[in-house]
Amino acid sequence: MAAMQRRRFTIHLAAGLLLAHFTPVAATAAAPPVAAAASLRYVLDEAAAAFTRETGKAVRISYGASGHLVQQMEAGAPFQLFLSADEAHVFRLADSGLTPDRGRIYAVGHLAIAAPKGSKLALDPRLKGLGAALSAGRIRRLAIANPVTAPYGTRAKEALAATGLWASAQPRLVTGENVGQAFQFVASGGADAGFVSLSLALSPGFTGRYAIVDPALHQPLTQRMVLLNKAGPEARAFHGWLLSASGRALLARHGYTQPKG
Amino acid sequence: MDWQALALSVRLGLITLLFLVPVAILLGRWLATTRWRGKPVIEALVLLPLVLPPTVLGFYLLAALGPASPIGRAWETLFGGGLVFSFQGLVVASILVNIPFAVQPAQRAFEATGQGLRDAAATCGLSPIAAFRHIELPLAAPGILTGAILAFAHTLGEFGVVLMVGGAIPGETRTLALSIYDRVQALDMAGAGQMAALLLALSLSAVALTFFLTRRSPDVGA
Repeated sequence: MAAMQRRRFTIHLAAGLLLAHFTPVAATAAAPPVAAAASLRYVLDEAAAAFTRETGKAVRISYGASGHLVQQMEAGAPFQLFLSADEAHVFRLADSGLTPDRGRIYAVGHLAIAAPKGSKLALDPRLKGLGAALSAGRIRRLAIANPVTAPYGTRAKEALAATGLWASAQPRLVTGENVGQAFQFVASGGADAGFVSLSLALSPGFTGRYAIVDPALHQPLTQRMVLLNKAGPEARAFHGWLLSASGRALLARHGYTQPKG
Repeated sequence: MDWQALALSVRLGLITLLFLVPVAILLGRWLATTRWRGKPVIEALVLLPLVLPPTVLGFYLLAALGPASPIGRAWETLFGGGLVFSFQGLVVASILVNIPFAVQPAQRAFEATGQGLRDAAATCGLSPIAAFRHIELPLAAPGILTGAILAFAHTLGEFGVVLMVGGAIPGETRTLALSIYDRVQALDMAGAGQMAALLLALSLSAVALTFFLTRRSPDVGA
């Protein structure tokens, strides 16, 4: 009896496995995958929702450090549109022959220094408060995105070097895999302060404070996007929407500016 | 709650089992009965994914399945798409990662059957195939099922390898474990908390179920 029940169970299990194998993928899986810098998380989620409302088309967005996303696309990741937090990574992708052109500038981003709720740290564009807190030993952990793969991390390192704070800050650094993780370190209070993108500091869930870092302290965060060779009509439409008046207005609301001229 | 990620993880787990259970039965039976001198090498290879850092496995999978590799190129020619950063690539990775979880319990279960029982079956005139079907397989079933449950639960939670070869594409490679990571970075602690609680409950049930299965047949063991 027990053996028969067991056999019936095995047959059911096998049938279930076969059924699962032929179950179609969710409908949204047909939407083109888009790779975007982690600093774009909130603005692009909103952009995708507005794009779907206006056109009935959808995109699927994966966020990560620009450098990681380029590595993934070079290794064959099926992304159709890439929004970088800088220009260099788009150029690298173009040089690998994966894109028809060298892309377009869609926004200029801004670096911010942020501190969690309840922190007494003085935040200012020239990082004077940070410098004082560092020398007084009041900063135990300073969050930064990985300077090798994340453009906001690279710019943060430049700003620390330009203010002469790099040597005192370096032993205190906690490195996020991308700027989104660095932001999460600050927002959760795990880090005493951190360098993030203005777009993330403006996100609705953030309860701490921030100051925009003086742009003279680092190279500009000119951000470029590019369609890949395999881009389909939906990805092209989303690319066009981001460059449209509604796209630019949305970017502006999230702290991005447009390049001069 | 990211239902899409949950559905994807469940689908990945079931398809993994579809390939892995037959492998576990055949390889487990063979390892349990063979007297071949090279057996420890195969056993070590079976156990390797358990001790190997997921990033190491992910690194070699990227190299082995990427567009520059022979496998990646053959796949691209046959199916017109890349193998890494696709659901199919995740299936390959998931099968490899779960080999120890599925094969080990099956091997132990077949070992517990013993040579004596196989000899007795032969004496009664059963062919090796018939003895396997009617005697060994039913006796080893709890062990095989234990392996399948462990492999399924482990697939739901696998993070490192999926992160490296998957690319977190929604509906394609963003599994439940990756979705939790993504929600934490989006400061959506409520969403991450729901999914973490679900994984905790599923994992606990899976482990409890394996103990329940092995306790019901104390004479078989696993």
